[in-house]
Amino acid sequence: MQLTDTTGSAATTADPGTPADTGRPILDVAALHKSYGALKVLRGIDLAVWPREMVFLIGPSGSGKSTLLRCLNRLEEPSSGSIVVDGIDIMAPGTDLNRVRQRIGMVFQSFNLYPHMTALGNVTLALRKVQGRRRADAEDLGRAVLGRVGLSDKADAYPHALSGGQQQRVAIARALALEPRVMLFDEPTSALDPELVGSVLQVMRNMRESGMTMVVVSHEFGFARAAADRVLFLDTGRVVEQGPPEQIFDAPQEARTRDFVRRITQH
Amino acid sequence: MQTLIDNFFNLEIVVAAWPILLQGFGMTLLLCAVVVPVGLAGGLVVALLSGARSRCLRWIMVGYVDFFRAFPPLVLLIFIYFGFPFAGIDIPEFAAVVLAFLLNSSSYYGEIFRAGIESIGRAQIDAARSTGLTAGQTMRHVILPQAIRNVLPDLIGNTLEVVKLTSIASVVALQELLYMARQAQSVTYNASPIVVAALMYLVLLWPLVRLLSRLEHKTLAGR
Ligand SMILES: Nc1ncnc2c1ncn2[C@@H]1O[C@H](COP(=O)(O)OP(=O)(O)OP(=O)(O)O)[C@@H](O)[C@H]1O
Ligand SMILES: [Mg+2]
Repeated sequence: MQLTDTTGSAATTADPGTPADTGRPILDVAALHKSYGALKVLRGIDLAVWPREMVFLIGPSGSGKSTLLRCLNRLEEPSSGSIVVDGIDIMAPGTDLNRVRQRIGMVFQSFNLYPHMTALGNVTLALRKVQGRRRADAEDLGRAVLGRVGLSDKADAYPHALSGGQQQRVAIARALALEPRVMLFDEPTSALDPELVGSVLQVMRNMRESGMTMVVVSHEFGFARAAADRVLFLDTGRVVEQGPPEQIFDAPQEARTRDFVRRITQH
Repeated sequence: MQTLIDNFFNLEIVVAAWPILLQGFGMTLLLCAVVVPVGLAGGLVVALLSGARSRCLRWIMVGYVDFFRAFPPLVLLIFIYFGFPFAGIDIPEFAAVVLAFLLNSSSYYGEIFRAGIESIGRAQIDAARSTGLTAGQTMRHVILPQAIRNVLPDLIGNTLEVVKLTSIASVVALQELLYMARQAQSVTYNASPIVVAALMYLVLLWPLVRLLSRLEHKTLAGR
């Protein structure tokens, strides 16, 4: 299995390093609130994610991690607050949401591949229907991206014939093919057998090296420690504490963070 | 024994009636070729409108489906064909039959499509929308193909019923298979044309029946 980044697939390599980018965050969230009826799930989230940054979100079940991610591309409608992605205010009434969503890749815990399409079909659907590329063009691009996640030989396989790790990598390729400016991962390895987790983390590591900006919800603390630039601890819809992984995991300032980290690492 | 053969399997009469039976069979085929696609298309529209955002529209669709599923199709056809002229609308037989079938079978097909669409979880929609597909594109490329596959046996089963039901067109004197067979029967005082018509229906329906039981077998084995 080849997991290294095949250079030359220009279309698939994120390049957030241009000078224009470095001055402003790729993702800028301010005072984000989200309620379901009386239940306040997000209670004022402020978050700026800078180009090439890898930010981890951790927190207990129900703390609002998934809801936060899903608000970032408006799969979930925020109750209030502002979200600016790559300079585009996605809460503004006139925003073409479907165009902005291509800039925000999303990877789900349960992969959510289209079962009636091959790996290549999964990757090329939006290239063809959203970006309007011709089939041959989209397929060239799709194969290149599948190569990037180590699945060149699985282009024609249907999801049911792939392992969980392979399915998740197809899902990553599906998002990556649209050349997003930021990638959101919601527990990308939680549904995987332990021996398959590594292949997905390796792909994420490669993406990080090629400069992709990422927001990751995950309890893979080992990976977070090695790869994260910053870790945010969420509890009851608020960011309780944030900092470099060493601080959050080894010397948390807040009691709630300390409790949570201890609980997770003991398991 | 001989009287049985004379009355039900009379070769002479069958040969004599054959041309008009064939003509009737042709009309039945044509009727199916129009009524089934129209019903499917209507059903799809019903299903899509039933999932509309507007609550008012959804209620209207519930009413539509309930009403036409409860309305006996034969009564509906007679009502359209003989009732419309009273309202000053002259309607040809064929059009009356197609309209009756549209109203009746779109409500049945609609419920089947709706069940199929509802069988596709939120996760697929999330995935599609997150890549920028519109709601319409998501429906067309992601949800419907899976939904239809999930309810294919029901769609085929309902199509069987629709094909059988085309024989009610004989009440408005549309010259389809049953109508022609009854004509031949009443002229010859012999039931053989009816037997032949039944065999023709069998020929028409058998492939569908076969397909259906193969699919049902497959879905059972797949569980
Ligand atoms: N569609 C919804 N309707 C009502 N409540 C919801 C909905 N989605 C989420 N919630 C509630 O919002 C809260 C936060 O949910 P969320 O999925 O964001 O938590 P999470 O931090 O991702 O948890 P986990 O670690 O279990 O995935 C929970 O209390 C959940 O029950
Ligand atoms: Mg979650």
